[in-house]
Amino acid sequence: MSKIDITKHELVPQHIVLSPEEEILFLEKYNITRNNLPLIKSSDPIIKAIEERDNISLKGKIIKIIRYNSPAGEGVYYRYVID
Amino acid sequence: MVSDDLIIAKADEMMIGRVSRSIKEETVAALVKFSKKKRTFSEKELEAILEGVCREYEKAQVDPGEPVGTVAAQSVGEPGTQMTLNTFHYAGVAEINVTLGLPRIIEIVDVRKDPSTPVMMVALEEEYSSSRENAILVAQRIEGTTIENVSIQTALDVINMEFHIDLDSERMEDAGLTMELVIKKLKKVKSVENIRYDEENFTIVVSPGQMNLLKLRKFSQKIKALPLKGIKGIERAMIKKEGEEYFIYTEGSDLAEVLKIEGVDYRRTKTNNIYEIYEVLGIEAARNTIINEIQKVLDEQGLEVDKRHTMLLADAMCLEGDIQQIGRHGITGEKASVLARASFEVTTGHLLEAAREGERDMLNGVTENVIVGQPIPLGTGIIDLVMKMPDFHKEV
Repeated sequence: MSKIDITKHELVPQHIVLSPEEEILFLEKYNITRNNLPLIKSSDPIIKAIEERDNISLKGKIIKIIRYNSPAGEGVYYRYVID
Repeated sequence: MVSDDLIIAKADEMMIGRVSRSIKEETVAALVKFSKKKRTFSEKELEAILEGVCREYEKAQVDPGEPVGTVAAQSVGEPGTQMTLNTFHYAGVAEINVTLGLPRIIEIVDVRKDPSTPVMMVALEEEYSSSRENAILVAQRIEGTTIENVSIQTALDVINMEFHIDLDSERMEDAGLTMELVIKKLKKVKSVENIRYDEENFTIVVSPGQMNLLKLRKFSQKIKALPLKGIKGIERAMIKKEGEEYFIYTEGSDLAEVLKIEGVDYRRTKTNNIYEIYEVLGIEAARNTIINEIQKVLDEQGLEVDKRHTMLLADAMCLEGDIQQIGRHGITGEKASVLARASFEVTTGHLLEAAREGERDMLNGVTENVIVGQPIPLGTGIIDLVMKMPDFHKEV
C-alpha cells in the first residue's frame, strides 16, 4: 500500500505557502500585519507534512487555504504559522 | 449571437477580482449551455447578465460592522431551545447508537476529548469495497478482539493456581483467529509460565507459576483483556452497503491506527471525534468536522440553520491554531478585555487579578463599551470620523 498522504484527505483543504513577495502584496492589500491573522501551529500535521515534502521550515510563513465547500463556491482563508 | 470565447473573455474582464473563481466558472458554464440550447443574446445583454451576477454576489456579502457573531449566536440558539425537548435522543446509523441533539451540540462546543459515542465511517479501497467477503477481511483487521471477546467462559482455579479459558470456535472464526495464534499471543505475556491446551475442545489452561490469590486475580484480568487482533478501543465493526459500495461503521474510534490498515481508503475515512481529527489531520480538517457534526445534529432534528452560522462558530473555535472551547477556558475566558471577562463569570476574581497585573483595557470590544456607556464598535459605530482641519498657518 502506498504511504499515507494526509494532505490528500477529503477533509483537508488545499494549503498553499505564500512566497515572500506574495506575502507583502497580501498584507498590503488588506492593510494588516501578520499578527492580525488566524493562526496555525507549526506542530499541525498538515504543516509538518508540507515541511517534510518540500524540505523547508514554515515557521513565520503565511499559509493560504482554499476551501471548496463554502456557500460562495470557494473561500480563501489565511493562517500564520506559529510555534 | 455571442460566441463562447466572447463569454469567457467578458467574464474574465468583468468578474475577476469581484467574485470567486468558482462562481465565475459556474456562470460561464451556465451561459455557454444556455447559448447552445437555442436562445441567443447580444453582447450588451451578456454584459448586463455578468454585471447582474456580480451585483448579486456583492449584495450577499456582509457589510463592514455587521454583528455576524450575534446573528450566528441567535440563529443557532433559537433552534437550540426547540431541541432541549428532545434531550438525549439517539438515532441509529446501522445498528450503532450515536448521541445527537443538545447533548451532542454541548459536546462539540465544549471540545470534549472523548465523546460519549465515538463512531467511525471507514471507506474501503476499490478491491475491498466491491464485495462483502473482502470488506469482512478489513473489518476483522479493525475490530479490536480480546480473549474475553472470543471465549464462552473463563474460570479461576484457586486450588491449582490456574486460569481456564473456554474459547468459542464460532466467534474465533468470525474474527479470523486460530488456536495457534492465541497460544502464540499468550506465550508472549511475561507472567505466563505454563500453557496447556486442547485444540479439539478449544480450551486453554494458563498458569502463572507461584503467586498469591490477589495476584492471580489480577493475572486473570490481564489475560482476559489480552488484545489478539485489531485496534484497541474499537469495540464493534459493522459492514453496511451504501449504493454499490461497502463501508465499515465502527463503535469506538482511533483514526491514526485505522488509516494505516491495509484496504482502508484513508482519503475518505472519517470519525466523529473532533479532537482526533485535529491531531491526525490538522486544524482545517477539524474545522470542517465541527461544521459537519453540528449540521448533522441540526439536520437530524429537522432544524434549518444556515451553514454560514456554523462556519463562523467553527472559525471562531479554530482561530488560534488549536480548537478552543466556547466557555470559560476558551473563547470567553481569553478575551483581551478585563471588563468583558468580568461581565461573564467571577467578576471580582477577574477584576482583582487584572488590578494585580496592572492590566489595561483599551475599550476596543463591544461589552466594555456597553459597560462604560459609550457607542459600541458595531454597525455605524465602527466608523470613526476624523475631521480634516483647515491649515491655519497657510496664508489665505
